[in-house]
Amino acid sequence: MAWNLDSDRPIYAQILEVMQLRIIAGQYRPGERIPSVRELASEAGVNPNTMQKALAELEKEGLVMAQRTSGRIVTEDMEMIRATRNQLAKEQIQEFIDKMEKLGFNKKEIVTLLEQMEDKE
Amino acid sequence: MSELVEINNLTKFYEKKKLALDHMNLTIPRGKIIGLLGPNGSGKTTLIKLINGLLVPTEGVILVNGFRPGPESKAWVSYLPERTYFQGSMKVKELIDLFADFYQDFRPERAREMLANLRISEEDRLKTLSKGTKEKVQLIMVMSRQAQLYILDEPIAGVDPAARDYILRTIISNYSEEATVLISTHLITDIEQVLDEVIFIRDGRVVLQDTVEHIRESRGKSVDGFFREVFAC
Repeated sequence: MAWNLDSDRPIYAQILEVMQLRIIAGQYRPGERIPSVRELASEAGVNPNTMQKALAELEKEGLVMAQRTSGRIVTEDMEMIRATRNQLAKEQIQEFIDKMEKLGFNKKEIVTLLEQMEDKE
Repeated sequence: MSELVEINNLTKFYEKKKLALDHMNLTIPRGKIIGLLGPNGSGKTTLIKLINGLLVPTEGVILVNGFRPGPESKAWVSYLPERTYFQGSMKVKELIDLFADFYQDFRPERAREMLANLRISEEDRLKTLSKGTKEKVQLIMVMSRQAQLYILDEPIAGVDPAARDYILRTIISNYSEEATVLISTHLITDIEQVLDEVIFIRDGRVVLQDTVEHIRESRGKSVDGFFREVFAC
């Protein structure tokens, strides 16, 4: 997953999203150590302090845990990873619905359209 | 510990009539990557030269680590000037020796590693290098010191985008957590992700000093977009 960062949103929030996705997608496995702040900052081409802030937030959410010997590992709590996945799915759906509503569709019409698309597949 | 750089009431006249810096007040903290941004002729290079002791203030005070610019501060400050000053007949490896002689904090092995990564031969003479390659060599020299303050005056203007990425990654991975990197540029888009803070200057005064994240949060646009708005012609 590449770091395609938008120009107009806070960088820290976007880093957080990429890291969440990497954990959900299993790029970083449960119990595995994630790269250091400096490695990640260099890979993403972002400021190390900003990366640090995003990882601290990830830690607060519980998706990663700080190790006593420095470094961070991904949580082994599968329930939490699943919950984050659901949360992100909800946000995606909400964003989709908002856009569809701007196009003048109500929820019922959206569902009908989705089902029609499925049938075609 | 005092601030890394403290600037009070700094004023610079050229030849008693051209005002370049106008009673500027500025504090540069430790451990940050800071963009010094402003339109052409706003005073960026004048400020940098004053911090480096290459110019003398007309009025006001600059303190680097509590000292006025001089021999002490030069040991802590690694400066990349706008223009190259190396002798063309020198080979790259002789330049490494020169830096090792001049600066106690210079790490030749670091410079050699970066030169190799960018496929620059140490046997080449400087005058045979392209403009962009010369700039890369110079930046490598400057970033291979273990300084407290790196001052880079337009470090990326002449190099291609791939090398620009490499240079920015070099800056990120090379500076220590207590060191500060001050980068003057007007190519903001390319570097804003790397910056902690930006300082906007115009007509020799500080217009704004803020974090990149705060500008993006509060203005809903990139620093580049905000810069275009503030300095619209």
